[in-house]
Amino acid sequence: MADGSTMVVGASATTPPAPRQGGTMKRLARRRSMAALALCAPLIALIICLKIYPTFYAIFLSMLDRKMNHFVGLDNFAYLLGRPSFHLVIFQSCLFAVTAVVMKAIIGFILAHLMHNIRGSSQRIWRGLLLVPWVIPLSLSTLTWWWLFDPSYSAFNWTLSWLGLPEVPFLGTVWNARISVIMVNTWFGAPFFMIMYLAALKSVPEQLYEAAAIDGASAWQRLIFITLPMMRNIILITVLYSLIVTFADFDIVRILTNGGPQDGTHLFATYAFAVGIQSGNIPRGASVSLFMFPVLATLAFFVLRDVLNRNKEVAT
Amino acid sequence: MANVSIRKVVKSYEGDVQAVKGIDLEIEDHEFVVLVGPSGCGKSTTLRMIAGLEEITAGEIWIGGDVVNDVPPRDRDIAMVFQNYALYPHMSVFDNMAFGLKLRKFPKDEIKRLVDDAAKMLDIQMLLDRKPKALSGGQRQRVAMGRAIVRNPKVFLFDEPLSNLDAKLRVQMRTEIKKVHQLVPTTTVYVTHDQIEAMTLADRVVVMNHGVIEQVGAPQELYHNPQTRFVAGFIGSPAMNFLPVQVVDDSGLKVQLADGTKMAIPPERVDRYGPYKGKKMTLGIRPEHMTETHESEKPGVQLMNAKVDVVEPMGMETLVHHFVDGVAVCSRVDPNTKCRPGEILPLAIDMNNMHLVEDSSSRVV
Ligand SMILES: Nc1ncnc2c1ncn2[C@@H]1O[C@H](COP(=O)(O)OP(=O)(O)OP(=O)(O)O)[C@@H](O)[C@H]1O
Ligand SMILES: [Mg+2]
Repeated sequence: MADGSTMVVGASATTPPAPRQGGTMKRLARRRSMAALALCAPLIALIICLKIYPTFYAIFLSMLDRKMNHFVGLDNFAYLLGRPSFHLVIFQSCLFAVTAVVMKAIIGFILAHLMHNIRGSSQRIWRGLLLVPWVIPLSLSTLTWWWLFDPSYSAFNWTLSWLGLPEVPFLGTVWNARISVIMVNTWFGAPFFMIMYLAALKSVPEQLYEAAAIDGASAWQRLIFITLPMMRNIILITVLYSLIVTFADFDIVRILTNGGPQDGTHLFATYAFAVGIQSGNIPRGASVSLFMFPVLATLAFFVLRDVLNRNKEVAT
Repeated sequence: MANVSIRKVVKSYEGDVQAVKGIDLEIEDHEFVVLVGPSGCGKSTTLRMIAGLEEITAGEIWIGGDVVNDVPPRDRDIAMVFQNYALYPHMSVFDNMAFGLKLRKFPKDEIKRLVDDAAKMLDIQMLLDRKPKALSGGQRQRVAMGRAIVRNPKVFLFDEPLSNLDAKLRVQMRTEIKKVHQLVPTTTVYVTHDQIEAMTLADRVVVMNHGVIEQVGAPQELYHNPQTRFVAGFIGSPAMNFLPVQVVDDSGLKVQLADGTKMAIPPERVDRYGPYKGKKMTLGIRPEHMTETHESEKPGVQLMNAKVDVVEPMGMETLVHHFVDGVAVCSRVDPNTKCRPGEILPLAIDMNNMHLVEDSSSRVV
């Protein structure tokens, strides 16, 4: 052993650098967070101007009378709740948002799986093509749909009559119009779900599937027991986000049906527009648009809390 | 439990990469076989073909008397432990271990009993309610093994299960795996690139290189009778020393180094090496057979003086690096031996344990 010890190569004589004074470090940290704040400031200002201020202003407006002179508390909301036409709006908005989100989620999920199983570079091409509906400005593509739905000159009815089938008044009856509006929203929103789910699918480690295959899981069981639980957070967040956005949808109904026929397709946003801008009762319009806010906020609170808890527990 | 037989199995990936080039291997029931070899030699590929995770390009794999080439993994009745454990992150330890049983529709109380038994054996009873994220590396390793054990499969497959653990835990888990196999003697195929793991665990070691099997044998047999230069150099740590020599007849068969030093071949090996007289060969000698001189020397020992280059004390032994005929070699000496760099250390080479490699075929003769 003694011989070995002589092999120690020149003992290090350098002393470690003296530790920096706490003050400098603290100042540096403070300076860095100041810089971070400064960099975020434009965004924060933008959010305050475009989101927070209008929200509070809308809340304030919704508690005024028609002439905007008197504070009336929750009277506008009480009035709306008593009106059958507004019940119809609530029903149609919920039907529209829930059906469309469920359809988008299911179609997006299936598309994501199909994409995931395309090997090689053609996947990128398909992905790009399927994203097209999502990147075209919604009002433009809705105009195209409007033209496609047109009763006399459109492609759909032309095809139907060519096949010898009766023509369908797509936007002419209440239920047809409701289904058409949901279809267009699904067409527009499904690519977003596809992209989110595809990213989630790609992040599930291949070995989990291999382990499950060895454990005896069929393809279907792997989907149920591995894929879905692993994608759970992404599914929850995309559904929540899409639900909020779909509840606020305006363009499609405004362009395709403008709320008709017989006010059967009005959503909160289009109804708020009709009441507030077209009929000039801005406070009541504001209360229409705020109607879903407490419900969605509560939903968002619980979903996000659940997602966070789950992340803490599971994330690898 | 079952035997596994691998017959002329080939695996090629697209782009003409042959990862496994026609291997044959018979694994007995209850046997613990370790596949060992350098990185990229096709160990994992072989294991994954047994598991059914990788298609077999040519040849046949039999498990328990059936060809399983076209049997999906879930019907092969095997269990596999992955290098990074592949535990289901969203399931508790209990559910991880019970998953395979649930899919096979075992009754609930039976599942509970089996999982509890396995957990007891692996000492993880207190972890059953946790999620994998809340476990240490060693604990995850145990859970992964538990998941394999509960199903009581025909064959266990391990792919480098210990390489994510720190050195100390690795040794501990190695013992644990051996203990488990003694309790539950399921046929096991174990892949590692660590030859010490291979030697300590295996009933038989399979040394692979470049997609072919170099040699199959019990650990001691591989150590003492390597058949190829690759096996001779791969098994044993530190590795065997190789010196270029010529076989000469100079009042008895000898090997001659390039610098002219001659070393006598022990008489009982003269017949074996006689045919190679005059040929250039490679002499292989393990570090422990090239050690400091003792008072009483056996016959067949060749003395030499080494100029010490580097000394590495290991505790139970000391490694001395020096040069023989310009080739760097390593000797394993008693830790009490006094030697310093630059000094001359008298060494004795035990020619009874020499190996002679034919250069053209790389085979040990
Ligand atoms: N999917 C694949 N496509 C093409 N070649 C592959 C693929 N998988 C493995 N290979 C090649 O096959 C050979 C054997 O790979 P394998 O994973 O079996 O090596 P290994 O012995 O397990 O090595 P390691 O010790 O690094 O895990 C390697 O040369 C590797 O590059
Ligand atoms: Mg490998």
